Amino acid sequence: MANNKISALIVDDDSIIRKIHKTMLERLFNIEAETVKDGKEAVELCRSGANFDIIFMDREMPIMDGAEATKQLRAMGVKSTIVGITTRAGGEDREEFLAAGSNHCFEKPLDRAKVEVVLREHKKFTI
Amino acid sequence: MEVGQMRRQWLDYTRSLFLEGFLDAQFMQLQQLQDDNNPDFVVEVVSLFFEDSERLLKDLTFALDQNAVDFKKVDAHVHQLKGSSSSIGAQRVKNACIPFRNFCEEQNTDACLRCLQQVKQEYCLVKNKLETLFRLEQQIVAAGGSIPMVELTQLSF
Repeated sequence: MANNKISALIVDDDSIIRKIHKTMLERLFNIEAETVKDGKEAVELCRSGANFDIIFMDREMPIMDGAEATKQLRAMGVKSTIVGITTRAGGEDREEFLAAGSNHCFEKPLDRAKVEVVLREHKKFTI
Repeated sequence: MEVGQMRRQWLDYTRSLFLEGFLDAQFMQLQQLQDDNNPDFVVEVVSLFFEDSERLLKDLTFALDQNAVDFKKVDAHVHQLKGSSSSIGAQRVKNACIPFRNFCEEQNTDACLRCLQQVKQEYCLVKNKLETLFRLEQQIVAAGGSIPMVELTQLSF
């Protein structure tokens, strides 16, 4: 049924990452993904009424970074699963993301196994 | 050369790229995303990577050439390069970016310049290797064959 398709938003300033992650979600998981290139665009998109089951949020972006965007989305009442994605292995980024209200934090790049972790934890999703 | 031989050559070449650390498992993930609906996915993504990297390397050279180096800008460029190289599995390029970011933090211009040289070198190497790989693939397809689907375990290391 059309309603059970999972919707996702990919937020990343790198066009290569956007292309890879979008294709991976569609090809491996049948998830429709929209993409934006900055945290600010993500916030504006959600503010305008768009709804997503999962938001994949890059950490470092030029105008508004991932942690700040996450904070703002939660403040707006957005209930989507937010997955923080960082290039740094260290704990700080993870702490910051989780404190901002994200549900997960993974190191870049996103891969099949990480997406499966997210899907498994969300009650609506079935793999 | 017949198709079977070409496929074996492709497999051997791919194996060597992994053994020598040029590519990592992420590259395999990209190959798995390629299918009949998306037959040129890997080439497209890698081409994007080449374009992006060449622009970033140019920007890095320019930024480090300034009298007053803007290390924040340099770091931002290296960050991007690290992200995109890791996303296509270009492991040695990604690894070369790691000390580079540390030296940006230390604001050490000389060390940054050395890192830039290293990154450029690794980029050129992986670019040549990937172009060779794609040529092999074109030959296989032109001869009516298909590119082998490789599992990491098949590369046996």
